[in-house]
Amino acid sequence: MSSATAETKVARPARPRRHRWEMLRAPEGVIGLVLLTFTVAVAVIGPIVAPHPLAQPVGPPGEPPGHGFPLGTDYLGRDVLSRVLYGGWPILWLSAVITLFTYVIGVLIGMVAALGRRLTDSVLMRFVDLLLAFPPLLLVLVLIASAGSSSTILIISIVLVLFPGLARIVRSATLEVSTAGYIEAAFARGERAPAVMWHEILPNIGPVILADLGVRFSFAIALVAGVNFLGLGESPPSANWALMVAENNVVITSNVWGVLAPAVMLMVLTVSINLLGDAYVRNRSKAR
Amino acid sequence: MKGVGEIASPRQDLSLSVAGLTVGVRNGPAIIEDVSMELLPSEIVGVVGESGSGKTTLGLSLLGYCRPGAEVRSGTLELGGVRVAMDGSMRTLRGRAIAYVPQDPGQALNPALRIRAAIEDIVRAHRERSAGLPEISTLLEAVNLPSSAEFSRRFPHQISGGQKQRVSIAMALSCHPGVVVLDEPTTGLDVETQSRILDELLRLRAEYRIAMIYVTHDLAVVGKIADRIAVMYAGRIVEQGPTAALLSRPRHPYTRGLLLSIPDHRRPRRLEPMRGIAVSVGEWPKGCPFAPRCPQATSECEQSVPPSTPVTSGHEVRCFRWESTPPVSDDARAGSWISPDTESEVVLEVRHLRAEHRGRGTTVVAAADISFQIRRGECLALVGESGSGKTTIARAIAGLHADVSGEILLAGSSLTPEARRRSVAERRRIQLVVQNPKDALNPRHTVRQSIARPIRVLRDRSTLSNGVDGEIDSLLERVRLPQRIANSYPDELSGGETQRVAIARALAADPELMICDEITSALDVSVQAAVLRLLRELQTDFGLSLLFITHNLGLVATIADDLLVLEDGVICERGVTSSVLGNPQHQYTKRLIAAAPSVDDSMADRI
Repeated sequence: MSSATAETKVARPARPRRHRWEMLRAPEGVIGLVLLTFTVAVAVIGPIVAPHPLAQPVGPPGEPPGHGFPLGTDYLGRDVLSRVLYGGWPILWLSAVITLFTYVIGVLIGMVAALGRRLTDSVLMRFVDLLLAFPPLLLVLVLIASAGSSSTILIISIVLVLFPGLARIVRSATLEVSTAGYIEAAFARGERAPAVMWHEILPNIGPVILADLGVRFSFAIALVAGVNFLGLGESPPSANWALMVAENNVVITSNVWGVLAPAVMLMVLTVSINLLGDAYVRNRSKAR
Repeated sequence: MKGVGEIASPRQDLSLSVAGLTVGVRNGPAIIEDVSMELLPSEIVGVVGESGSGKTTLGLSLLGYCRPGAEVRSGTLELGGVRVAMDGSMRTLRGRAIAYVPQDPGQALNPALRIRAAIEDIVRAHRERSAGLPEISTLLEAVNLPSSAEFSRRFPHQISGGQKQRVSIAMALSCHPGVVVLDEPTTGLDVETQSRILDELLRLRAEYRIAMIYVTHDLAVVGKIADRIAVMYAGRIVEQGPTAALLSRPRHPYTRGLLLSIPDHRRPRRLEPMRGIAVSVGEWPKGCPFAPRCPQATSECEQSVPPSTPVTSGHEVRCFRWESTPPVSDDARAGSWISPDTESEVVLEVRHLRAEHRGRGTTVVAAADISFQIRRGECLALVGESGSGKTTIARAIAGLHADVSGEILLAGSSLTPEARRRSVAERRRIQLVVQNPKDALNPRHTVRQSIARPIRVLRDRSTLSNGVDGEIDSLLERVRLPQRIANSYPDELSGGETQRVAIARALAADPELMICDEITSALDVSVQAAVLRLLRELQTDFGLSLLFITHNLGLVATIADDLLVLEDGVICERGVTSSVLGNPQHQYTKRLIAAAPSVDDSMADRI
């Protein structure tokens, strides 16, 4: 049997596997990570270090920067800097929770549709198509208007807008993988569909759906911000960046920072996530 | 370039010679090195090599083309005695002096172009406008295709694989080239179609006096068609010479190893796998690239690359010790792995199996009235061309095809069609290994994870003396893989290693029957020989029964005790392998056997 064992005697240099975090070496990756860390730090630590209370007027309304207010005051005379420091957290946790649920539901429905019977597939996908047919913001607004404004309703309605697209991506990725020999082998040894999804399919469609994470997360932020901007999210006096943009419109001529500062923070958050997403996708296509 | 105009006009009787050709990756390793060969007018030279040997790169570079990232480093090319530059300027010669038939006709033809348009495109690109368009019908007739206008209006997906290959050949001939480079033109075609295409090429050569370079991995095919053969290994031609001389008395140990690895249905034999695996581009050792695998290597071989040495006129070999290469004696080739018939208990019995594919509104019968038995330790081969229903039968037995009627009995008790309704013990006892090893393993699981899964799902873990990890180690040993491979991912393994892992995964279930669906067709012959040998050991040492599905009669003769021949889903002939192959009764079997290429045959023809 020496002949067969020797197959491995000939030295073959091991191909280095690309490291998962290699994406962070690309410029997009580094910049995205720095910006995201900054935004998250502002949102998390901000409320602790804020110099002034959230809801109490501390000066005249619409004051420009100066006089102990680095970013001036808002339309009610509250400190803009403090409110920016307070206003990141609500946006961030809502978007994160929404993205999480979107992924759980979207991935599950996509895989079940791909692996299920033709009837299951049709029913699920027609439901998905139905949701896709509505303009996103309109659907959210209709749901909030009819069910009332609360965090739960906001989360449910935005997840309903976001998951259909993901479910479609997951379904087609799963279909592509599902004819592979290793999936057949799993079914042949009698594994149940949930086990096959978890062990065999998910690791293989993971990269495809992760590449989508950036887009979907920033879409979640945009929708959360949009709803708040339109006044259907949190009610004043609480602070969040989108709400601040809306309410400080009236003093934009006297203190532009009341609008600009929260808007810039929203932009930085979205851009950082998209940069990280791009770095991930580029790293993956290079690895091929 | 001077002289190009001379050969640019359509003419035949061209010769080609290339000397010192080196092609490499830009700023990287060489892909082929110091290749010199000659092609006389209307001669056919076969270029043979395993995957990664550089044979396709050689074929393309003869047309002055390198794949993106590669470049010609040195070498001279003469066409009809005129020196031509091997770069983009050869574009004027492509098609009319030297033409190319690509490997996969399914991909080579633009699916959006009708056949007529595809051929006309070539002609417009390569012939003077004044010459006008050729008679498409004459051209189609020349390659034995229907010359009707209706046929030339078809799209590629409306014709068969063999017809697509003929269209590719017609396209290559459309500008009357003197030399045609054919890259694996019959790989992926059925043996009968292959045999017809080979006859076609011989006829075209005689009729139009075209010289051909036939690039392939299959020694038996070039044995049939080529006047001379060049064997490539690690980017160099290690041996070249007249077909008969090279096949009957190979002088390079690699050529000899290849010959001993090829299963032949004319003469069943124990295969002798070469040790080691082929070196890939960028990993060539300093000396002779074959030295690490060579049984007769000396320290000299590891120091320097052997030069081309003449054996007789026209027969050259790159080996310092070619004189001591033993002949391929009948002794080495004789004998068979197949053991005499023994009466052991029946493991699997199939009775009147009928399998259907249901589409929207249509039902296709993939297999009908299939009945057979497999005994313990026996190997039964299921032979047929593509579309004969052999894979459907395999899937039905494995419980992956639900539209079946008839009975599948495992050790006497009936199995339900669906795997998930079978008991754990039933699923454990039947295991399936599929054709493409890369596809068979989950790319995101390590070898250890892949093998562990069936142990966890199907085995009673209390019976494992050394636990799951100990069992994985002993399985890897059984398929002759080193333990360190356990933590590798499939993309880090070679094709042969991957297929061994797939076999180990099937063995992990401790099966009684292993269904092997074309498991060697994606492998190089030398790797195939090693896998076959492994299967044979499993069969004799562990009493494993095999259902061996293949289209390759050579494999059948090598490993199968009994044989079923399948035509359009129906068994047309069955019996003991040697008697069916030696004395076929059914027309279809006779045709298959006549069409199957055989090295022995081609030597017999020439002596």
